[in-house]
Amino acid sequence: MFGSNLLPNLGEVVAMILFGIGFANLLLQKNLIKKIIGLNIMDTAVYLFLAIKGYIEGRSAPIVVDGVQEVEAYINPIPSGLVLTGIVVSVSVTALMLSLTVRLYKRYHTLDLDEISSRLKKEGI
Amino acid sequence: MAFVQNVPFFSIMLSMFSGIVSSILPGKAAKRLNTAVILVIGAASAWLLSWLMRTGGSFTFMMGHFPAPWGNEIRAGALEAGMALFFCVIMLLSMLGGRKKLFDEVEVTKHNIYYILTDLLLSSLLALVYTNDLFTAYVFVEINTIAACGLIMIRQNGRTIEAAVRYMIMSLLGSGLLLMGICMLYDLTGHLLMSNIKESVAAIMAAGTYQIPLTITIGLVTVGLAIKSALFPFHAWLPDAYGYSTVSSAAMLSSLVSKGYIFLLIKIFYCVVGFDIIVGSKIPNVLFLFGLSGMIFGSISAIWEKDIRRMIAFSSVAQIGYIYMGFGLGTTEGMVASIFHILAHAATKSLLFVSAIGLTDVSAGSRNFFDLTGSAYRNKVAGVGFSVGAMSMVGIPLFSGFVSKLLFAEAAVMHPTHKMMPTLIVLAVSTILNAIYFLKTVVRIYVPEKREVEAEKGYFTMKAGQQRLYTITIILFILINLVLGMMSEPIIGIIETGLIHFI
Repeated sequence: MFGSNLLPNLGEVVAMILFGIGFANLLLQKNLIKKIIGLNIMDTAVYLFLAIKGYIEGRSAPIVVDGVQEVEAYINPIPSGLVLTGIVVSVSVTALMLSLTVRLYKRYHTLDLDEISSRLKKEGI
Repeated sequence: MAFVQNVPFFSIMLSMFSGIVSSILPGKAAKRLNTAVILVIGAASAWLLSWLMRTGGSFTFMMGHFPAPWGNEIRAGALEAGMALFFCVIMLLSMLGGRKKLFDEVEVTKHNIYYILTDLLLSSLLALVYTNDLFTAYVFVEINTIAACGLIMIRQNGRTIEAAVRYMIMSLLGSGLLLMGICMLYDLTGHLLMSNIKESVAAIMAAGTYQIPLTITIGLVTVGLAIKSALFPFHAWLPDAYGYSTVSSAAMLSSLVSKGYIFLLIKIFYCVVGFDIIVGSKIPNVLFLFGLSGMIFGSISAIWEKDIRRMIAFSSVAQIGYIYMGFGLGTTEGMVASIFHILAHAATKSLLFVSAIGLTDVSAGSRNFFDLTGSAYRNKVAGVGFSVGAMSMVGIPLFSGFVSKLLFAEAAVMHPTHKMMPTLIVLAVSTILNAIYFLKTVVRIYVPEKREVEAEKGYFTMKAGQQRLYTITIILFILINLVLGMMSEPIIGIIETGLIHFI
C-alpha cells in the first residue's frame, strides 16, 4: 500500500524535509545570516538522518558498564562517529562564513548580498 | 611491502605538517618550505609512478593497524600517482609565476598565511586523489573548500570578499548534497570503504532491490560534485573568484581545485559504484546535456566579456563542460578523453592566467581588452605565453588542447548510440567560438600601439632579463604544454592502465 512505509520511517522523512528547508534557505535567502542559518539546518538534518539510521530500537549506547559484551545489546556506533566528524566540519565552515559576513558588513553596512553586488558594480574596481 | 608504497601516506602528511609548521615561520621561510615540500612530493610521486608502471597494478595501504572493513585505507595506482605528480608540477609553476604579484597585492604580514593555505590545499588534493574511504574524502573536500576560500580572499578588497562568500555558498550547497549522498550510500551498503561499497552495490543490483534509492544516491553525489566543480548552470561564482583573486590563486583554483573534485567523481564512478551501474542509471545523460550547454554558453559569455581575466575564467566554464561531456558519453574512450582534458586544461589555463598578468602589468594594470593593444611587444615573454595558451585552448596541433579535442572526437565517433552527432556538432561550434575570443585577443595584443598613447597612459616595457623567474616559469609551462601535445601516447597509456586498475 502506498504510504505504508511512511510511519516506520517518520524520522527519515522529517530529516529529508529539514534538509530541503535548509538547502532552499541557503540557496534563496538574500540575507547572509539567514543563509548561514539555512546551512546549519541543512547540516543538522544530515546528522539527524545519520543518528536515526544508527539507532536500533531497544538497545543502548555501546559502552560496556555491566559486563554485557554481545553485539545484540548495542546500537551501531559508526553513524555517531560520523556525526561527530560532521559537526566539527560544519562548525568550522560556519565560523568561516560568519567571519566573512562580518568583513562584508564592516565594509558595506548591509547583509544583503545582492545589494553588495550591485554596489560593487557601481564602484567598478 | 616495498618502501615506495609509503609515498602516498607521507606526501599527505608532509604537506599537512608543513602547513602547521609554517604558521610559526616568517614569510620567507614559509615560502622556502612550501617550494621544498612541493618539490619533494613531486619527486616522490614520480618515483611511485615509475614503480607502479614497472610492477603494474595498484595497492592499498592500511592506515593504522585495523584491517579492511574497519580501518581507513589509502589506495594508489598509476592514475593516482600520475595525478599527484601533475598537481605538484602545476602548483609549483603557479606559485613561481605569481610570486612577484603576491608581493604587490598581499600584505607582508599575511604571506605565511598564504603558504599555509597552499600547503593545506596540496594535502587535501593529495588526500582526495589517494583516499579509499568515502567519509575521509568528504572531510578533505571541505578542507579543500576552506583553503580555496582563503586563497580567494587573501587579496583584500570588496570584490574578493564578495567572490569568496559566493564561492562558499555554492560550495556548501554542493558539499551538503555530497554528504547526504554519502550517508545514504552508507545506509544502503553498510560500508564506507570504496571497495566494500562496490561489492555491496553489486549485490544490491543483482538482488534487484533498492533501485530508486541507489539512483537518487548516485544523483546526489554527482550533482554535489558537479556544483563544486562549476559545471555550467552552477558557475555564477566562478568569474569573480577567478577574476579578482591574486594570480597564483586564480591559476590554482582553475587548474587544481575544481580538478580535484572531478577526480573524486571519477573515483566514485569507477571504485564506488561501478562504471556499468553508473551508465545504467542514465545519470551520464544529464551530465552530457549540461556539458554540451556549458561548452556553448561558457564560450558565448567569454566572447561578450571585456575584462581579460574574467574572459579566461568564462573559458574555464566551457572547458569544464568538455570534461563533463566526456563523462556523459558513458564509454571508456570518453573517460580517457576527459582525464586527458583535465591535464590539458590544467596546464593551459594556469599558463593563460600567469601570462595574462604579465600583459596587464605593462598596460598600467588595466585589464580592459582595448587597453591591452600592443602589450605583447611591451612584455614579449607574456605575449608568447598567452599565444601558446590561446592556441592550445583553440585546439591547434602541437599543443595539448588539440590532443584532447582529437580524443573527444574519436570517442564520439566510436560511440554506439545517437550521442555521436550532437557531440561532434557542439565540439565544432565550441571550437569556433573558442577561436573567436582567443584569437581576437592574440591579434589585439600583437597590434602595435602608438608611441604617444603608450607614453600618455604610462605603459612601460618589461624585458625578459628583468623578470627572470617569470620567464623561466612561462618557458616551463610552454614545455609542459608541448610535451602533453606531442608526446601524448605514453600519457594516454598511463591513463588507460590506471583506469583498468581502478576496477
